[in-house]
Amino acid sequence: MRLNHVLALIVGAGAACTQASAWGQQITGAGSTFAAPLYQKWGEAAGASLGVNLNYQAIGSGAGQKLIFARTVDFGASDAPVAAAKLQQNKLLQFPTAIGALDIVINLPTVKLNQLRLTGKLLASIYLGTVTKWNDPAIAAINPGIALPDLAIAPVYRADGSGTTYVFTNYLAKVDADFKSHVGAGNAVSWPAGTGSKGNAGVAGTVENTVGGLGYVESAYATQNHLTTVQLQGHDGQFLKPTPETFAAAAAAANWAGAAQFAVDMNDAPGARSWPIVSTTFVLLPTDPEDAARSAAVLKFFGWALNSGDPIAQNLQYVPLPPAVKAAVRAAWAAVGHT
Amino acid sequence: MAGRTLTVDQVMKAQARARVRRASGPGDAIFKLLAHAAGGFVLLLLGAIIVLLFMGGLPAFRAAGPGFLISPAWNPVTERFGALISVYGTVVSSVLALILAVPLAFGVAYFLTELATPRLRQPIGTAVELLAAVPSIIYGMWGFFALAPWLSAHVEPLLANTLGRLPVVGVVFAAAPGNASLFTAAVVLSIMVLPFIAATMRDVFLTVPSIFKESAFGLGCTTWEVMRNVVLPYTRTSVVGGIMLGLGRALGETMAVTFVIGNTNRISPSVFAPGNTIASLVALEFTEADQGSLHLSALMALGFILFVISFVVLAISRLLLKQGAPT
Repeated sequence: MRLNHVLALIVGAGAACTQASAWGQQITGAGSTFAAPLYQKWGEAAGASLGVNLNYQAIGSGAGQKLIFARTVDFGASDAPVAAAKLQQNKLLQFPTAIGALDIVINLPTVKLNQLRLTGKLLASIYLGTVTKWNDPAIAAINPGIALPDLAIAPVYRADGSGTTYVFTNYLAKVDADFKSHVGAGNAVSWPAGTGSKGNAGVAGTVENTVGGLGYVESAYATQNHLTTVQLQGHDGQFLKPTPETFAAAAAAANWAGAAQFAVDMNDAPGARSWPIVSTTFVLLPTDPEDAARSAAVLKFFGWALNSGDPIAQNLQYVPLPPAVKAAVRAAWAAVGHT
Repeated sequence: MAGRTLTVDQVMKAQARARVRRASGPGDAIFKLLAHAAGGFVLLLLGAIIVLLFMGGLPAFRAAGPGFLISPAWNPVTERFGALISVYGTVVSSVLALILAVPLAFGVAYFLTELATPRLRQPIGTAVELLAAVPSIIYGMWGFFALAPWLSAHVEPLLANTLGRLPVVGVVFAAAPGNASLFTAAVVLSIMVLPFIAATMRDVFLTVPSIFKESAFGLGCTTWEVMRNVVLPYTRTSVVGGIMLGLGRALGETMAVTFVIGNTNRISPSVFAPGNTIASLVALEFTEADQGSLHLSALMALGFILFVISFVVLAISRLLLKQGAPT
C-alpha cells in the first residue's frame, strides 16, 4: 500500500512537472510523415502565442490511424482519407489541413529539369512493366526534339507502406484500366515491375544511383533536393510543369462539395492548369474526447493554422486550402459542438 | 589468478567458512530459486513470443490454408498473401552470405592464429571485432551508396558474361537491371556476419593444445596440414557453432538488407534480380498495415515462420554436431 502511494506521488509529480515546464497545454499527434514538416513548423510558430505545446510523431499514416482509433494520441494524421463508416464507428471527425502534390523524378543524364513529357497512361505502363525502354515509340511520340537513349527504364516505388503510394496508385488506377485491374490502389500494392526503397529519400536516392531510373516523390522533397522532375499531361490534355500554381489549380478544381468528410479525390482533376497528382492530408479528431481541454487545444491549434498558417505552408511547398474549404472545415467543427 | 598460490592452511580455512555459511542461512535456497526463475523466465518469454506470433498469424494461415507456405502471392490490395517469396529471399540471401563469408572468416582466423606476427595480430584482430560493432544502418548506407552501384557496374556484368553463359546454371547468374539484388544483400550480409564467424574460429583455434600441433609439426606436416588434420577436427564443433551464429544473424538482419535488396515481391532464378526477406518485408509494411486486417495477420505469420526457420537451423546444427562429434 505504502509503495503504491509513493509510486502515485512520483508519477503525479512527474506529470505536474511536464505540465508546468511546458509553455502550456500539451497536445500529442501522430501519423502522416508527409505532413510532419508542416505540423512541426506550425507547432513551433503557434506554440508561444497560443499556449499550446505540440508533440507530433511522424510514424506513418496507417500507424496514426491505429493510434487515434485506440485514443493513444489527441489527434491522428493520415494522407489517405478514412472511410465514412469507419469514421462513424470510431467516433472521429476528419478534416483537411493542407494540400500537397507528387512529382515524377527521373535520372537521364541528357534530359533537363521539366523537359521530358509523360502521361498517366505511360506511367502506368512503365510500372506495369509493359513500357521498358526510354526510347519506346510512345515516349518518343510526345517528346519530339529530345534524344532518348536505348536504355532500360528502372521504375522505383516506395517499399514501406505509404500514403504517398496510395495517392500515386490511386492516380494510375484512375487513368489506366489495366493498372486498376492488375494492381489497384493502396498504401502498399503488388508491383509487377521495378524495385522498392524506403521513404522519399530512399526512392530519390535509388533513382539518383540508377541511370534510367524513374520514381515518385512528394513535390516538396523533389524541390528541396533539386531532383529532375518531368512534365505530366493534365486531365484536359495540356502538358504541365509541377509548380505551386498548377497544384493550386488542381485544389481549386476539385469537387469539395460532393465529398463526404472532405474525402475529396483531387487526382486527375479537370481544368487546363491542374497538376494531375495532388492530394490532401487529413487530421482525425475524436468527437467524444476523453479530455475536453486537450481536444479544444487541438482545435485551437488548427484554427490558428487555418487563419495564419498559409505562409509557412507555402514556404514548405504545400498548397494552402482554398478559402471555401477553410469555411467548410470551420462549419464542420461547429457542427460537432466545437468552436 | 596467475602468481597467486594458496597454502593448504588457507584452503582449509576457506572450506571451514563455506561450511559455516551453508549451515547458517536461507541464502542457498533463495539463490537456487532465483536461478530457476531466471532459467524459467527465458523459456516462458520464448513460449509467449511464439504463441503471440502464431495467434496473430492464425487468420492469415486460415485464409490461405497450408498453401500460405508455398504461395508466391503478396497483394495487400486483394488481400492474398503467401510466404514463398520472402522465405526464398531470406534463405537464399543468408546461405549466399555464408558461402561468401565462411572461407573469408577461415582465412582471417587462420592468418591470425598461425601466420600473423604478434605485431599484426592485435590490430587486425581488433579490426575484425570492430566490424561487429558497426551498426547495421551504416552497413545499409554503405551498401546502398557505395557497394551496390559498384557491384552492378563491375562484378555483376563480369559474372553474367562468364558464369551466366553456362547452360542450366546460367539462369542463376543472368543479368538483371537495377543496383539492388539478392546478391548485393548477400555481400553486405557476408561482411556483417564475418566478425562473428572469424572471432569464434580464432578463439577455438587458439584452444588447440600446442602439444598436438607441435607433434604434427614434428612429424613433418606443413602449416596447412596441421590446420586441416589437427586443428579443424579438434575444433569442428565450435567452428560449426560459429557459422550457425552467423547464419542466425543473417536470417534476421533487417535494416541493412532493406537498403540493398530491392524490396520486390517477385521471384526470379537470378541472384542479380531484386527480392525480399521476411524481416525486411515485416519492418517495411508493419506501420501501414491496418489494425485487425489480414495484411497485419500475414505479417505476424511471416514472423512466426522466421522464428521456426531460426529454430530449425539451430536444431539441425545441433543434430549435425551430435553426429559429427568424435566419440
